[in-house]
Parts: sequence; C-alpha cells; structure tokens
Amino acid sequence: MSDLLKIAGKTYQSRLLVGTGKYKDFTQTRAAIDASGAEIVTVAIRRTNIGQTAGEPSLLEYLPPEEFTYLPNTAGCYSADDAVRTLRLARELLDGHRLVKLEVLGDPNTLYPNMIETIAAAKVLVKDGFDVMVYCSDDPIIAKQLEEIGCCAVMPLASLIGSGMGILNPWNLQIIIANAQIPVLVDAGVGTASDAAIAMELGCQGVLMNTAIAAARDPVLMASAMKKAVEAGREAYLAGRMPKKLYSASPSSPTTGLIA
Amino acid sequence: MQLIINGKPRGFDADNFSVAELVSILSLEGKRIAIECNGEIVPRSQFSETLLAEGDKLEIVGAVGGG
Repeated sequence: MSDLLKIAGKTYQSRLLVGTGKYKDFTQTRAAIDASGAEIVTVAIRRTNIGQTAGEPSLLEYLPPEEFTYLPNTAGCYSADDAVRTLRLARELLDGHRLVKLEVLGDPNTLYPNMIETIAAAKVLVKDGFDVMVYCSDDPIIAKQLEEIGCCAVMPLASLIGSGMGILNPWNLQIIIANAQIPVLVDAGVGTASDAAIAMELGCQGVLMNTAIAAARDPVLMASAMKKAVEAGREAYLAGRMPKKLYSASPSSPTTGLIA
Repeated sequence: MQLIINGKPRGFDADNFSVAELVSILSLEGKRIAIECNGEIVPRSQFSETLLAEGDKLEIVGAVGGG
C-alpha cells in the first residue's frame, strides 16, 4: 500500500519524526533512530565549542545529512528575531536547506509556545523561502492562521514538551485536523506507544517525538515500539474504526444454528 | 585585535585577517559550521574575502542533538 507522508512537496515513507537530543551517546542516538525508521530528524543549532573541538565526534558523523532529512529547530528561542536568526544560520550550515521546525517558547518552566512571536517568525520565514513546520498550541484558530501564512505543516502539542503526558485534548486536535489543508503532526507530549497510535488514529499525518524514546529505559526498543504504533495508528485511521456503542445488539457469531 | 566569539572576547596577534583565516586559527577547518558576523551571515563562499575588524561580534554555530 502506497501511503506516503508528503511535506513541502517531498514524500517520506515514515510518519515518525524523531529528535536527536537526550541520548546517552551518539551510538545510542543512531541505534534508536534506525529502530524508529524515521527519515526526518530534528537537530538544534548551538554555538560551537571553540578550542575543544579537535577530534570530538559530531552528531553529523553518526547521522549523515545525506542519509536523513535534517529538520533544524529553534528550541530555546524566546523571540521571533532569535528564531529567524537561528534558522538562517541553519540554512547556511546545511547548504541552503529549507525545511525547518519553528518553535518560539514563552516560558522556561512549561516550554509552552509563544504563539504571537511564533506567528511573527513564521511570516518572515515563509517570505524568506523556508518550508516551515511549526510547533504550536492546540488552538484551531491559531493553527488555521499558521496555514494561511504559508507554513507547510502545523505541529500542535499533545501535552507539554518532555512531559510524556500523552494526548490531553484529542477534541482540539480533531478540529485542527478537520480544518487543515496541510499536514498536522503531533509534536510534544507523547509518552508511550499508545499515545502515538491515538494521535495517528485521530488523523494526524505524523508524530514528532524525542523524550518518549530517549528517556525510556531502553530507548532502542521504545523506538521500535513507536515505529509500530505510528504504523498501526495510521492503518487504523485509514481502515476506519467501527462506531462506539454502549450496547452491542450485533453479536459476532451467527445467531442461528445453535444446538437445542 | 580583539574579537567577540560566541559571546567571549578573544585576543589575536594579527590584525584584519579573513573569516577563512579565523576558521583555520580556531582549528575549525572541515567542520560543518555557520558563521554570523555582527548579526549578518557570512556565506561559506565568502569566508576568504570577508575581513574581520577590531570588536567584530561573531557567532559560530553547528548542529547538535535536539528535539
């Protein structure tokens, strides 16, 4: 069955997007990402260690940009200006790469997004030729506005970044999905495989996660579980679930031919 | 001359060298980095021709693990 994820004109087999942070080391990062089957991986842009870099391994050696689609993020940015600056550096760093993850945070305790700054940054980035996948609150109006600005995907939170609390408001996600003409991906809050499956069953085009895999006791095994959950959730969505009924007047076994 | 690199002042014996020379002095050759000078990106293709001056503020960044 050909069921590809399409983002900004490019297609992907995997609907699971993963972060590359919080792993024990780069070997574990690579093993977990291989197990996840992800093709798109997020990276952060940070100041290089000056004077201590000789011989130090880099993430790029373990995840060659030729093998994966990099999704540079703006994690840690609290203003539109910083986010735009960061992604312009990322574009230079990655040889003109256009696909980016925009996130502008509003509060260091909750990491909740600041949507006013996010919208301001999205406008500048879209105008500047970036393909913007945008982390956002699960507000259907905001999500629609981001689409109208020209973002290539909206990525509402399921719950707070790194919380593992799962999908707290499936109803809002459903409204966002129903209204969107661009892919909707759940970004943030997934804690375990069933959360990812539920996101996909709701009709999300994909799920982006980092901590749920990296902070599992066995990250590589959890990455494998997430791969299956995303695939299972997608298939269940496409298959169309049966309606929920409080009482079933329709047994699965024949009602005739019973022994006397 | 003195430059501000990644937020820290740093003195150099030579004056008015290029971004390419700075990359070499800092042993960053061959590393995948991007450089901003006084808030403006310096494209890699222009490292050799971009001369630095006293007090220039540089940001030198790379890709690291993140979510």
